[in-house]
Amino acid sequence: MLKKNVPQDSGILDRWHEISYAIDDDGRYVLAPSVGWKPANIANKQAWELISKQVNDVIKRIQAKELSPLAYYMVKNQMDTNLLAKYVRLSRWRVRRHLKPAVFRRLKVSILERYAKIFNVSTEQLFDIPKFSSLDLDNAPQ
Amino acid sequence: MPPNNQKINFVHRQSAHCESGVAANLLFHHGINISESMAFGIGASLFFGYFPFIKINGLPLTTFRGATGQILKRVTKGLGVQAKRHRFWDPEKAMNALDRIIDQGIPVGMQTGVYWLPYFPPALRFHFNAHNIIVYGKEGTEYLVSDPVFDEPVVCSRMDLMKARFAQGALAPKGKMYYLTRVPDHVDIAAAIVRGIKDVCKTMLKIPFPLIGVRGIRFLAGRIENWPEKLGEAKASLNIGHIIRMQEEIGTGGAGFRFIYAAFLQEAAEILGEKRLLNISGKMTEIGDRWREFALFGVRNCKGRVLKGNTYPAMADILRDCANQEDELFHNLADLINL
Repeated sequence: MLKKNVPQDSGILDRWHEISYAIDDDGRYVLAPSVGWKPANIANKQAWELISKQVNDVIKRIQAKELSPLAYYMVKNQMDTNLLAKYVRLSRWRVRRHLKPAVFRRLKVSILERYAKIFNVSTEQLFDIPKFSSLDLDNAPQ
Repeated sequence: MPPNNQKINFVHRQSAHCESGVAANLLFHHGINISESMAFGIGASLFFGYFPFIKINGLPLTTFRGATGQILKRVTKGLGVQAKRHRFWDPEKAMNALDRIIDQGIPVGMQTGVYWLPYFPPALRFHFNAHNIIVYGKEGTEYLVSDPVFDEPVVCSRMDLMKARFAQGALAPKGKMYYLTRVPDHVDIAAAIVRGIKDVCKTMLKIPFPLIGVRGIRFLAGRIENWPEKLGEAKASLNIGHIIRMQEEIGTGGAGFRFIYAAFLQEAAEILGEKRLLNISGKMTEIGDRWREFALFGVRNCKGRVLKGNTYPAMADILRDCANQEDELFHNLADLINL
């Protein structure tokens, strides 16, 4: 890639640059900062659209009382029961049980605290979920 | 922890890839002046692997880098530098150990999960656990971080760093940290270059496992052709998007790595006094450009603009072309280095 062809398509890097190795006029490799490349931006957006869709699906199911609010935090943080179980050091089947609204409502504070800590929210916030997903590229997870 | 402040005089040099950047910058700190691309080459970092049984965000892992830690291991070994590595079970102990080393004035490299690093652009915060950074000091509860893929140094709180060091899931870092302990006065760069080139030729051509190296690229090409039929359009295009992200997203990449390697070959040509390496470097650049075409083509596919049935076979053909060209290049390189 020639230095003058290093793409400058902003999108996902905020105020940062990434380094590309490119050839200057003398045929020597130099380090060229780039604000991004369109294909990478589009592939990234595709990934976020999928997450956003999953979050919205889960919110609907929570509102329909099929799932506990824990499901929202799990999916919003791009986790499945397997990964979440590892983070809170519980067995997978217990985490899966906690996705049931009736079980989650009666959970001990000590267990809630484990979830709250990993999601970086208070135990009260764990029961409080938004009406729709605000997840998009301008407003990604905290 | 008492808030003990410490700021090591550390030079932050931005790089394209985290691990080669960390290796080069740690060495630079200890008086060995090597570039990122040189560390990349000596570390034999060019790689290809398709591992459908490892899932990242639920999609098969396509990786353009070797096992984490491999670059530093090979570079230190190649240059006769001694490094110490630690892993931990207990996050508190891991952080205390880090504090002790930086208190001694030694910058510490570590493996982290990017999802927990607060300074990462939100759009790049996925559960990807093989990101390398350097901690070079502490101010109160904030750690001073030289993350080589960022323009300038950043900070990270103790809690966030702890979470990042103990990220879970695929490629979990388990608190891994490392630092250099002894650096020789004189290093034999030329010998290290030759060994690095031999290593990379071996991984790309000779590993008797069909998912790695040139064979791995061909294997993936075969898979891609069948994706629309096997997975359906939607899943197939997600899989393609995932490859492109692994290839082109900051510091992970396929085409980018070809360019770093081409830069390394230029430097190697000068140090070894071997002009023919320049030709091979030029070839490598062409291959990198070809990989970029793959991403470009794939993205058109993702957007659904090109929904013709021949999209997947055409992408597979680009990959096969990359594989064939790399096959030839690494054979030439191996021949040249063995002379």
